[in-house]
Amino acid sequence: MAALTREETQALIEEVLEVYPEKAKKDRAKHMMVNDKALESSKKCITSNRKSLPGVMTMRGCAYAGSKGVVWGPIKDMISISHGPIGCGQYARGGRRNYYVGTTGVDTFCEINFTSDFQEKDIVFGGDKKLTKLMEEIEVLFPLNKGISVQSECPIGLIGDDIEAVSKKMAAQINKPVVPVRCEGFRGVSQSLGHHIANDSVRDWILSNRDGQAFEKTPYDVAILGDYNIGGDAWASRILLEEMGLRVVAQWSGDGTLAEMENTPNVKLNLLHCYRSMNYISRHMEEKYGIPWLEYNFFGPTKIAESLRAIASHFDDRIKEGAERVIEKYTPAMNAVIAKFKPRLQGKKVMLYVGGLRPRHVVGAYEDLGMEVVGTGYEFAHNDDYDRTMKDMGDATLIYDDVTGHELDEFVKAMKPDLIGSGIKEKYVFHKMGVPFRQLHSWDYSGPYHGYDGFAIFAKDMDLTLNNPVWKMLKAPWLKDEATAEKKAA
Amino acid sequence: MAKLRQCAIYGKGGIGKSTTTQNLVSALAEAGHKVMIVGCDPKADSTRLILHSKAQTTVMHLAAEAGSVEDLELEDVMSIGYGGVKCVESGGPEPGVGCAGRGVITAINFLEEEGAYDEELDFVFYDVLGDVVCGGFAMPIRENKAQEIYIVCSGEMMAMYAANNIAKGIVKYANSGSVRLAGLICNSRNTDREDELIMALASQLGTQMIHFVPRHNVVQHAEIRRMTVVEYDPTHKQADEYRSLAKKIVDNKMFVIPTPIEMEALEELLMEFGIMEAEDETIVGKTAAELAADAAAVAAAA
Repeated sequence: MAALTREETQALIEEVLEVYPEKAKKDRAKHMMVNDKALESSKKCITSNRKSLPGVMTMRGCAYAGSKGVVWGPIKDMISISHGPIGCGQYARGGRRNYYVGTTGVDTFCEINFTSDFQEKDIVFGGDKKLTKLMEEIEVLFPLNKGISVQSECPIGLIGDDIEAVSKKMAAQINKPVVPVRCEGFRGVSQSLGHHIANDSVRDWILSNRDGQAFEKTPYDVAILGDYNIGGDAWASRILLEEMGLRVVAQWSGDGTLAEMENTPNVKLNLLHCYRSMNYISRHMEEKYGIPWLEYNFFGPTKIAESLRAIASHFDDRIKEGAERVIEKYTPAMNAVIAKFKPRLQGKKVMLYVGGLRPRHVVGAYEDLGMEVVGTGYEFAHNDDYDRTMKDMGDATLIYDDVTGHELDEFVKAMKPDLIGSGIKEKYVFHKMGVPFRQLHSWDYSGPYHGYDGFAIFAKDMDLTLNNPVWKMLKAPWLKDEATAEKKAA
Repeated sequence: MAKLRQCAIYGKGGIGKSTTTQNLVSALAEAGHKVMIVGCDPKADSTRLILHSKAQTTVMHLAAEAGSVEDLELEDVMSIGYGGVKCVESGGPEPGVGCAGRGVITAINFLEEEGAYDEELDFVFYDVLGDVVCGGFAMPIRENKAQEIYIVCSGEMMAMYAANNIAKGIVKYANSGSVRLAGLICNSRNTDREDELIMALASQLGTQMIHFVPRHNVVQHAEIRRMTVVEYDPTHKQADEYRSLAKKIVDNKMFVIPTPIEMEALEELLMEFGIMEAEDETIVGKTAAELAADAAAVAAAA
């Protein structure tokens, strides 16, 4: 069955919103649209980046999650302190699968939860002294750290601790960057503001640290921005860029280092994968250092080939030839993957609900496998993301912003997708509804999904999930008998 | 035994809340009442006249030393002073750091959990920092805490503004709980017709001026010795003033949800008593030069 028509999709939206009180209905209606590829701007069609309604079960996170969890956390040779009570750091620890190379606890630190473990007395008397002590201990216990960031949890902003003063003092004392980050969870409407705050703190405390220092440049220097190396994504991307002749100076921030970030102002071109979380620093480097930036998409062979050519177009013929060579080299392997899995996946419908990039970026990979994305939406996108989404989606596709528990449930019941791609909070709800589901934040403990190597794994995983025999065994044997008996009787 | 009465004393900073509270409490103790003072101010100066000490070691300070408030026992934080008055200071941070309001919340919760408000007590007085700046300093007037609020004020403009603002805070909690405004205590600054003015304000707020405490140097003399007047010079007429205040509070039956007044009404009252000049709207936002030019124009026209 093909996707719904425009009218049917619009009717579905209205039906699903019907249960809300008038005011909530009016608000939520603004966060839904039926895609129209012809439109240039999403402004008139969809509202985004607004406060969630209370009581609707939003899936969003907070500014701390955006800064510590997404941007700062994966920088492997710096220590990110979760400054405040224990929970924020402990329950978010290791959740994002940012792979890295190194010896944890010696020269790399991502897996460890460093926290000031605020107690009542720290709230009342302030935590600045404790923060100083904590940094001194870090320096003694983990001398190979390259720097420290202070990730503020909510109470820090409430009690007005002066983490900037502590950071300046300690940076002078240990002679390493110490970065205060004001990412208190109550700031903003979602994790999105945390990305922005983190970008700004990199700009203010890191980016210009090596300005004027010697750096051996080549004409082929690039940086990967907005790849968090989930399940090894950045590695699967990096090899393609290197194979086409580019030199990857920095990875932000998956498997990334402080030195890489400090050297990024030397590159020729910034390659931006997750636009939502790192467009800010890309724009800043363009403005301050004149470095152009390019959005690319390494999900699925079609988009990868397009992206490799677009990247190569910024360089000379050597790189352009390199891009063609890389595409040619991997095409047979990709054709084999498609030949194997497309027949098993062809025509299947997918619904997505992810963070700020993947709801549009993975569409090409599904299409390469003959699948169709019939509904998609973001937790924390802004309207510039929806502008981009409208081009990548088919006409009449259902698009939902900051979707609620009720809405997603009802959309799935009505549209009956063959596969849902979303996060851990959604996963078991849909498993219980008997709908095949893949986590598209953590790759369900698999990955990488970026690059050619990643696509092979992506295709296999989608097949494993969708065609798993378990979905046919969901009905209890005694209920099955009844159904058969009724049929026989009829 | 009569039911425990919990009272909170609010008022503008520097108005004499702590001095008035301690003198009042010592008069109550002298009359045989069992009283406790809970200081809710990081400065911890609510019990020094009762204890003859500089500043009592506070709940929060002890909690920080011990690790957490759960590690403390009631006897660690409570001192007994003049007339058997039980004294506790919540304590809090140095100015400019941390969260003093949270300190008040923690300390009061601790006292409740530890059973500080035992059967023996007749009165608890909370002596609270100047303004109700945040939830922490409203802690004493939340549900099941103080039911009676006394506002210390004087005939000065800012003290009356503050009293009106505190009345607004009480309304918020009064509507959801049992807290009531029990009266204004006028701690005299010797301004003109001060008693009449505070009585007028009290009637507008729907309450009473429960007592007019005249100004007398003996209060300072006693303070220098870290004593209340009642203890320092029991025969002094000022001590009788505090005894009289104490008796009025014991007998007080007037507990109201206050009716705070609008700024205009307050200003009218101040103008009526000559504390404030009538406002001339025509001069608002004009510089001295402009006013001089206006005056010259008027003179020329005449």
